[in-house]
Amino acid sequence: MKSTAMIREIRGAYAFVERNINLIKRYWGWELVWLIYSLTNALAITYIGNGMGAITGQIIDTQAVVKYLLVGALIWQYLSVIFYAISEMIAWERWEGTIEYTFMAPVSRPTHLVGTTLFAIGYGVIRTLTILVIVSAFFRLDLSDANILGAVLMLLAGSVSFVGLGIWAAVLPLLYPERGAQMTNAVAAILLLISGVYYPIETLPQWLHPIARCSPATYVIQGMRSCLLDGVETRTLLPTIGLLLGIGLAVITIGLVIFGRVETYAKRAGRLKRSG
Amino acid sequence: MCTYALEVERVRKTFTRKERVPRPAGKRTLFKHTKKEEVIALKDIDLYVPKGEAFGVLGPNGSGKSTLIRLASTLLLPDSGSLRIFGHDVEHDATAVKRLINRVSVDAAFFKKFSPIENLMYAARLYGMAPVEAKKKMRAIMTRLGLKESTFTQPMEHMSRGMQQKVAVARGFLTSPILLLLDEPTTGLDPHSKRDVQAFIREIRETENATVLLTTHDMEEADRLCDRIAIIDDGRIVALDDPEGLKARVPPKNGEKTTMEDVFIALTGRTFADAEAAKEVGA
Repeated sequence: MKSTAMIREIRGAYAFVERNINLIKRYWGWELVWLIYSLTNALAITYIGNGMGAITGQIIDTQAVVKYLLVGALIWQYLSVIFYAISEMIAWERWEGTIEYTFMAPVSRPTHLVGTTLFAIGYGVIRTLTILVIVSAFFRLDLSDANILGAVLMLLAGSVSFVGLGIWAAVLPLLYPERGAQMTNAVAAILLLISGVYYPIETLPQWLHPIARCSPATYVIQGMRSCLLDGVETRTLLPTIGLLLGIGLAVITIGLVIFGRVETYAKRAGRLKRSG
Repeated sequence: MCTYALEVERVRKTFTRKERVPRPAGKRTLFKHTKKEEVIALKDIDLYVPKGEAFGVLGPNGSGKSTLIRLASTLLLPDSGSLRIFGHDVEHDATAVKRLINRVSVDAAFFKKFSPIENLMYAARLYGMAPVEAKKKMRAIMTRLGLKESTFTQPMEHMSRGMQQKVAVARGFLTSPILLLLDEPTTGLDPHSKRDVQAFIREIRETENATVLLTTHDMEEADRLCDRIAIIDDGRIVALDDPEGLKARVPPKNGEKTTMEDVFIALTGRTFADAEAAKEVGA
């Protein structure tokens, strides 16, 4: 009996993986445009590092700046893919008008989330690696001292938090049928500003420091730089990985509670009906 | 042992909508003036549908038919009262309810760039169906509904409204629900497609012994498909009987047979068109 229920849940989770793969296939033109945008964005940011000497008129270790910016750009690329893939789990249903059918199906929200997360991680890894390979053709990247295993662990731990933040953001299209999806951009932009993606958080005004320390992206990006640029040992990273997992579990749990409450509210107020 | 497929007890549902109001004379304001208005969709209705029955809810647009279907589908929660499906409360035991039902609505909502097979496979997986069984069944239902094999893999956006609605019907029946919620399933279909869908509903009822809750504003359809019909107007059930019983309440005029429209006029004092027009102007 238990195994039947488990098989049903696995099939339910896979429904979201397959649906998202089909969406990529059907909207491949949009995917290509989005990839070009992300790639040029990463290149443009990294070229700032390359041009630092020319900008300031001073002798600067541009290779170090390039690597600093590139790690930030690539990690942000990956984390934002996770964030958007999760936050769009409702938005897609709104756009296509299928939200009522998905919410009527006997699939639990955690199963919905597991399916979406599996897709998001796979999609994020493939996309980020594609960008990394192309960007490597433009810059000489020496990552011989990097701790790759530590970087992978750090990235996986960081993904957990971003799944949670994605759930928080997914609430917006549920609450606001017409503009909810666009509101998630504001959440991503704030995280980008405060998390030290392209600069140390110490550069920010003092009053933003405590807020920056609340963002899981701050720890992921700092940890990734330690692994990839400084080759810090995995053992040294364990406290940060533990912290990220703790933040992630808390954010996911709170996110699921909020999502459940908002879903109930949407059903009371009749907000599932409009397709936006 | 529960004898009812659907029990609706004292169910009330109210929606709040924002209405734009004119700016006060001579005042310039930055924001638009709005006021909240309450619209009562269902007014303490009671309804009992025994297992295996085809039950029709007949009423004009805005009468509360779709709200009733959405409540039974777990997509809405009642303000007061309760709805039970095969004894399971739709609010507190929603997952059990969801396994027993499926719904076909007037708007055939799909991933438009996906093919019928891809859309139906998505639905089948959400209901935990095995892919091989699901593929076999979806092909059989779509063929039975008159869809050509060549359309199964074409994007939905290239299909006509009638064909899309047939795929929607296939999605509703694919999971073998024991309570089928049909919310105006034939509205907007051409007569041929309408007949195909109606014949399929009758066939499924006979072969699978499913209970059907059908909302429609098509009087003839209600008469043809339903064992009993509730006439709903302005959120209230104004009459409930089998089709012949309802017609017997109104004496024939000029020797012609009484129609469901005659029954509606006799019970509410207005035609369907009047009732819909009144709803549109917020009367």
